[in-house]
Amino acid sequence: MKTWVTPGGVHPPENKHQSLTLPIGTLPIPETLVIPLSQHIGAGATPCVEVGAKVLKGQKIADAAGMFSVPMHAPTSGTISAIEHRPVAHSSGMLAPCIEITSDGRDEWIKHQGFADIENATAKALLQAISDAGIAGMGGAGFPTAVKLNPGYRRPINSLIVNATECEPYITADDSAIRERAAEIVEGIGILSQILGHPSNIMIGIEANKPEAIAALAPHVVDSGISVVSFPTKYPSGGEKQLIYILTGQEIPSGELPADIGVVCVNIGTTYAIKRAIVDGEPLISRVTTMTGDACGINRNYDTLIGTPVSHMLANSEFQEEACSRLVMGGPMMGFSLTSADVPIVKTTNCILAPSYEEIPDDEPAQPCIRCGMCAEACPVSLLPQQLFWYSQAQDHERLEAHNLFDCIECGACSYVCPSNIPLVQHYRHSKGEIQKARADKVKSDHARERFEFHQQRIEQAEKDKEAKRAARREAAESAKAKAADASNKAAGDADKPAANSAADIIAAAQARAAAKKVSPEQQQAKFERSIAGAEMRLQMAKEKLADADASQTEEQKNILSAAVEGARQKLEQAQLRLQEHINAHSQTKNGEQVD
Amino acid sequence: MAFKQITSPHAHASQNTSKVMQLVLWATIPGLIALTIHFGWGSLINVVLATATAVIAEALIVQMRGRPVGFYLKDYSAVVTAVLLGLALPPLAAWWVVVVGSLFSIVIAKQLYGGLGYNPFNPAMVGYVVLLISFPIQMTTWVTPLALLPEGVSHPGILESLQIVFTSLTPMDGVTGATPLDSFKYADGLLVDQIYAQNPLFSEAGFAAVGWEWVNIGFLIGGLVLLGSRIFTWHGPIAMLAAIAIMSAIFWDGGSSDSPGSPLMHLFSGASMMGAFFIMTDPVSSAVSNRGRLIYGALIGVLVYIIRAWGTYPDAVAFAVLLANFAAPFIDNYTLPRTYGHTDRRRATEKEED
Repeated sequence: MKTWVTPGGVHPPENKHQSLTLPIGTLPIPETLVIPLSQHIGAGATPCVEVGAKVLKGQKIADAAGMFSVPMHAPTSGTISAIEHRPVAHSSGMLAPCIEITSDGRDEWIKHQGFADIENATAKALLQAISDAGIAGMGGAGFPTAVKLNPGYRRPINSLIVNATECEPYITADDSAIRERAAEIVEGIGILSQILGHPSNIMIGIEANKPEAIAALAPHVVDSGISVVSFPTKYPSGGEKQLIYILTGQEIPSGELPADIGVVCVNIGTTYAIKRAIVDGEPLISRVTTMTGDACGINRNYDTLIGTPVSHMLANSEFQEEACSRLVMGGPMMGFSLTSADVPIVKTTNCILAPSYEEIPDDEPAQPCIRCGMCAEACPVSLLPQQLFWYSQAQDHERLEAHNLFDCIECGACSYVCPSNIPLVQHYRHSKGEIQKARADKVKSDHARERFEFHQQRIEQAEKDKEAKRAARREAAESAKAKAADASNKAAGDADKPAANSAADIIAAAQARAAAKKVSPEQQQAKFERSIAGAEMRLQMAKEKLADADASQTEEQKNILSAAVEGARQKLEQAQLRLQEHINAHSQTKNGEQVD
Repeated sequence: MAFKQITSPHAHASQNTSKVMQLVLWATIPGLIALTIHFGWGSLINVVLATATAVIAEALIVQMRGRPVGFYLKDYSAVVTAVLLGLALPPLAAWWVVVVGSLFSIVIAKQLYGGLGYNPFNPAMVGYVVLLISFPIQMTTWVTPLALLPEGVSHPGILESLQIVFTSLTPMDGVTGATPLDSFKYADGLLVDQIYAQNPLFSEAGFAAVGWEWVNIGFLIGGLVLLGSRIFTWHGPIAMLAAIAIMSAIFWDGGSSDSPGSPLMHLFSGASMMGAFFIMTDPVSSAVSNRGRLIYGALIGVLVYIIRAWGTYPDAVAFAVLLANFAAPFIDNYTLPRTYGHTDRRRATEKEED
């Protein structure tokens, strides 16, 4: 079958044979397992068990939090011993919510069963089962599989690509799984095909360096409509975008998803998990993980329970800490270093690499970039890494975006070939973060500016409205005055004309309403009297404090107290003054009224 | 258990900048041997003298800048600059010519701009051009190729050469003479055939010009080794050589008295091959993308030919490279490769123009 060749790429030493000498093994069940609630892209799961609860193997312990999430299941039987933040596998060494299970050693399954009649099951039911089994992409990103398999009717899928490339050095998890579980994998692909409405093109993409796996698949794909497509080994052929191009010659437009061009790409480990979920009714609670590197005496693949501490795996693999140059989760190209081995294996962990200093020595100090262009030759997406590095140092965001920084897949090919040992990928990650932060800040500041402008406008409008009302009132008052004068003149001659006093009546009514709204003079006076009483009380208290002040207190404290007394006295005087003024003013108005 | 936190990728190819530079140095050996056979010990003395000066100057400046001297000397970049300058300078040039050129290359053209990776111009060519403009007589006096030395005269031995370089001893008559490009420039009114018949530089040559053709073949071999080792891509050198060939074919003019010479003569005399494989391939000061390097190389080729044919200077690689260095950032703005998932190439400046 025709394959296409991606630009760039590198050929690091494969180092895969070490972990392929033994079949897939199993580890003793660890005493405690730690299951992070977020092992996938999307919202973390919500615990549905309480500390102290007994759980069986495969029992759900956390619910999916919405569509874009997956549930978690107990990898073995035991007791929930903690639900709290724990260190998880993340390059930052951060803490995240986790459920800890203390195993009872019985490894007792919960009652489970698969679909009785798969062939007649609806896609919807199958998708729900996949989602309920907690399956998220096992190739690395952890995208919820049910979401990926449901691209919507507007995006018909014509190609299903199963990614068995495994292009990273050292990792053999997929390779060994295919060798031993080819039949189940193909069964899983059949279910996928059914869900997607039997796409015309079903391909398993695999690098030519896995002849045993290719041979293992061959008998099972006969007459199945599935083609096994092998292509020359090159890193990073296993990137989703790269694999799709290699197999179909199509590129996913920047910023879009494979489904937009009618392709769904699924990791081969995920197809096995789907088979187990649909046919056997088993949720995703274990995965094949490669344990490799010269710092371990045993290099092999393990069928590892999710939640197994990395330290448990190391302890069972003749690990020598002093020989280990770094501990990597994932492969040597895109894996991230772990600062502690007390983190759990999760659904996306395909490899634990414990290399010796000879295999992966400490980094040498970076030399200046000489723009030799080896990075550009290695870049699988045709970027100019040397220019990105230059602009990244200059924090020139506009140039970085024009140079398509966001199309960088962070495969590390550029850093791998860089003769000056520059950690290029790290620079790009940093710049991406900075640009995203700047974008978010801009959205925020735009929002704030809009709100401020709207606020200003509203105040102006309110001011205008008030002004208009005032003008209207003034006008109305003037015309009323004129009419009142008119009316009193007329009243002399025509007293019993009912229409004439209408305007005067309105004004009188308004005045009455205003008077009603106003506090009556008596109430006002009572208020003043209350404030005087309060002020008197405070003055009394201040005086008492001053009197109580004994000799032990400093001069400064005494000054403060006497100042307080003085302040209280002044306030009392002001209150008395206000009351006096009020009484005077009130009697004046009364007098005035009487005069009138 | 605690482990180091190191960012991916963890694996690293064994290539490093020192090795790249050392390979470039090894690749100059065929050219140096050809120069030494055909033009005597002068070039070797130039190379040694320039290297010593450059390394000392680099060490001093790096020290003054408060950087670790050993770390920066280990990258061999100063040695490469010095060797290329030494090879470009006329054999038996006075010692101070070499020293001034090397100092200018390292101190002014490289370190004052920030050292390795930050120089906008090719340091060796800056040094060369400063010398060419300042000391035109010293810089245009070339040694006669071995095959054309008069009867009974030979190139000075190593000791005599050192005396010529370090004291003002003048070499014997006939030891210096015109270069092939000079001969064409100053052979007014002669048809190409007449020049070829009269001038032993051509009449006794294999296919281009006595001695020079071998020097160019030497650099071509070294260049092909570097190309094979993927130190640089073919785009720049091939574009430059193709541009020279095409220009000299277009203006060959049937070998008339106005003809600046044949394509073969232009490709295999002067500094053509050295320029194409060792000078214009300096990645720091060149264009970065493959398409950019095609344009950059072609520009140099065209400029080399224009200056050779119609300029005042007999050879032009240094000027052409420096002029193209000026243009490199501009070329870079418009020659970005098409990235995966994009239908078109983008311009580096497009965000600023919005």
